[in-house]
Amino acid sequence: MVTAAAAPEAAPAVAQWEAVIGLETHVQLGTASKIFTCASTAFGDDPNSHIDPVVCGLPGTLPVLNQKVLEYAVKASLALNLNVAEHSKFDRKQYFYPDLPKNYQISQYDEPIAEDGWIEVEVAEKGKETYLKRIGIERLHMEEDAGKLVHAGSDRLAGSTHSLVDYNRAGVALAEIVSKPDLRTGREAAEYASEIRRIMRYLGVSDGNMQEGSLRCDVNISVRRGPDAPFGTKVEIKNMNSFSAIQKACEYEIQRQIKAYEAGEPVVQETRLWDEGKQLTKSMRSKEGASDYRYFPDPDLGPIEVSPLQREAWLAELPELPAAKRHRYADELGLSIYDARVLTDERPMAEYFEAVVAAGADPKAAANWISGDIAAHVNANRLSYNALPLRPAQLAEMVQLIEGGEISGKIAKEILPELLEQGGSPKAIVEERGLGMISDPAAITAIVDALLAAHPDEVEAFRAGKTKLQGFFVGQLMKQTGGKADPKLSNQILNTRLKG
Amino acid sequence: MGIAAWREQLRTGEVSARELTDQHLARISAVDPTVHAFLEVTADRARADADRIDAARSAGEPLAPLAGIPLAIKDNLCTKGIRTTCSSRMLETFVPPYESTVTERLWQAGAVLLGKTNLDEFAMGSSTETSAFGPSRNPWNPERVPGGSSGGSAAAVAAGECVASLGSDTGGSIRQPAAFCGVVGFKPTYGRVSRWGLVAFASSLDQVGPFTTSVADSAELLQVIAGADPRDATCLKAPVPDYVAALQQPVQGLRVGLIRECFEQEGLDPEVKASVLAAAAQLEALGCELVEVSCPRFNAGIATYYVIAPSEASANLARYDGVKYGYRAGSGEPAGASLAEMTAQSRSEGFGDEVKRRILIGTYALSAGYVDAYYKKAQQVRTLIRRDFDAAFAGVDVLLTPTSPTTAFGFGAHADDPLAMYLADLLTIPANLAGLPAINVPCGFDQQGLPIGLQLIGNVLAEERVLQVAHHYEQAARVMAGRPAAALVP
Repeated sequence: MVTAAAAPEAAPAVAQWEAVIGLETHVQLGTASKIFTCASTAFGDDPNSHIDPVVCGLPGTLPVLNQKVLEYAVKASLALNLNVAEHSKFDRKQYFYPDLPKNYQISQYDEPIAEDGWIEVEVAEKGKETYLKRIGIERLHMEEDAGKLVHAGSDRLAGSTHSLVDYNRAGVALAEIVSKPDLRTGREAAEYASEIRRIMRYLGVSDGNMQEGSLRCDVNISVRRGPDAPFGTKVEIKNMNSFSAIQKACEYEIQRQIKAYEAGEPVVQETRLWDEGKQLTKSMRSKEGASDYRYFPDPDLGPIEVSPLQREAWLAELPELPAAKRHRYADELGLSIYDARVLTDERPMAEYFEAVVAAGADPKAAANWISGDIAAHVNANRLSYNALPLRPAQLAEMVQLIEGGEISGKIAKEILPELLEQGGSPKAIVEERGLGMISDPAAITAIVDALLAAHPDEVEAFRAGKTKLQGFFVGQLMKQTGGKADPKLSNQILNTRLKG
Repeated sequence: MGIAAWREQLRTGEVSARELTDQHLARISAVDPTVHAFLEVTADRARADADRIDAARSAGEPLAPLAGIPLAIKDNLCTKGIRTTCSSRMLETFVPPYESTVTERLWQAGAVLLGKTNLDEFAMGSSTETSAFGPSRNPWNPERVPGGSSGGSAAAVAAGECVASLGSDTGGSIRQPAAFCGVVGFKPTYGRVSRWGLVAFASSLDQVGPFTTSVADSAELLQVIAGADPRDATCLKAPVPDYVAALQQPVQGLRVGLIRECFEQEGLDPEVKASVLAAAAQLEALGCELVEVSCPRFNAGIATYYVIAPSEASANLARYDGVKYGYRAGSGEPAGASLAEMTAQSRSEGFGDEVKRRILIGTYALSAGYVDAYYKKAQQVRTLIRRDFDAAFAGVDVLLTPTSPTTAFGFGAHADDPLAMYLADLLTIPANLAGLPAINVPCGFDQQGLPIGLQLIGNVLAEERVLQVAHHYEQAARVMAGRPAAALVP
């Protein structure tokens, strides 16, 4: 059982210090077209192949909200337990940069689509007790993504001879999710980000692909001397491309800030970049002069309305979310915390598992098969659970054959590769090939007796106290029967006969 | 002659579309060197379009409602494949790859494009003097401005260079030049007409509308351009009524409100005041009831407007940075210069003074520390102005004011005093702030022979009512029948 206790005590060396961490997560909403125009959102095509006059901000063009974006944003908000506003609006955030075609970004400033929610995060770390923590979420708002600058002649702006702009990403819909400063460790930050990703994938509103930039996290982090001390100076960290990078960047930064304070040096408010190669953060720019984005309501877009009726309709379409599944698997199906976590990580796997259980398989046995051999096969071959030839009912049948003592686990493992490739009825295969378990005591006794007769030296050694030799006889027995002998019965009979 | 009469002649073959187009192209050749209403004349396209219509007619095909009618279009409305400059160096070479919704609807209705007309740069001005390509002149007196910003469109209609034209109105940019040039100019309800393809000045105020020689023609054009557009989220979905039919509704018993604050303006020319009050009396004679109403915040309109419009403009014009299209400083290869320098230099050279002034005002009004005192306060006053109108319309059908406090002024009259120029929009701005339909109808001439216009303002989506009252007044007053001789007007 997972306890809802507070985070365990931090390591003694930094006991007096506490980190305060908040995350800003940009999630690309996976609509086919962009947030304000019908240009495609496809990733990875030739530069500037998914643009149109609206994307480029040509004079006289106007944005019109893609209703699918609104649906995805509201569903994401509901899944994060946020309060969805009946009325909200879009604002213009103004700054000059060539990746921004209009030199303003259409975003939501003081009236976001949703505010004040939370998610439950399960914080698991090797060698430490797994615990649950509720992380507050400040808000979720919709905005358009910017384009991408490609610096020629250098991989950075510095030293490049010129820069190219690719507007394929410009205008792709983003949901920005801002956490409350409730995170205290790098692990918590990584677990929070990964739970956000998991929820978005469950909803089907984003693929959450960090390598392609569909999920991007910025971390705000400060340290203070204990939970009652005032907040320290906040530092922003960018450029983390994995959850482990988030964890490591936080852990590095916490130590860096503590060392600075302890050495009597100031921590300056700035943006730092995580360097994955060197495993450290380095200063990018100072944030002392706060930017003035001159926000004002975008007059091209009317108010965003979400009626209570529409909200309820979208709420009813939400799937069971990962946290609820984890609880249910542990509490109702009796799975371990670990198994529940593994099985619920991706919705298709969880749904496959549930279908197997629904078809009559013992949950624990089903969990073992799925998280073991089947997951390995699916992952190695990049398959999808929906299209797996071994249908849930067939796997359930196999699990039941084992439970009913009709086949051994060893036989099941032998026929599994074929089932995974082609599907089919395990029961029919077992019958057709005579792979059923030998569970007739007389038959086993006859084989055992023949074995003992064939190995008199070993029998003598066993009786002289070398009881480990029972394993040798089991092996011989299985070899002779092709693994079909009922293991429990075989052991029983062997034991009796050996002891003579 | 009006659209209905031309349509009949085109139908019967009394005149061909080609002849009608050629007549107007000849008129442009004759008078535009003086008037300078046009930035570009699309003669080849016009003749080809006219020939196509004539061929269709010969083949017995039914003619679309505006088939063969030659029009001019303000050069801030995007025309596919035809330069759209906004009278700015910044867009001197900009050729849109798309058509504005309003012009698309006109071409579908068979109208013929004669060319693109001059305006104040990015529609910022009241005289066309801020055009980067030189001002237009008032056909009634070439020493006077035609008004602005849609001065080219107004002058082209007044000078007989086209049957009708389109303009845009953000603070009076259709009505004021219509008044100065003695034509009908109509700004519909905000959202009645799509803004897709209208180069934005102040997005919450901009609205496209027609310039015509009669109220009936105004109804004809509005009929074609009005209506929902999925490409403009602010465009209203309300069905489009039959505006032409509405003209014939009787006006007896309608209540016409005279806004007291408008007639008490300090700068109101007594001749203008007398002419508009005489027009009011004419409406009374037609059976309308005159009511004095008060819009206490009417005069706050100009201050409100000159915060909101520049604020929106400062964002709308941020896209002109020399990176993607439009003017770029230097040879196009910003060697050595930083990106910021290239953008700053392009904007410094590409924009004129008035545009820069408004970008500065707007940037200031939206800046941290000032946004509450300026932009947000202005939005609050805007709401109050709208409420004043709501209250007024509880008791009247239309409101009547002068369109402009004066008749057309001379070139350079406000050169040293931009604020005095801004006051020219005093009477037209409140209708934009409240999003209401408002029309200019000529109602007389001053002693110098310059036209005077009256403004009728209707409630939201009450275009029919505005057109109806304007039409009855126009038919009764016959102002143009008694017009004085003018330098250019035939």
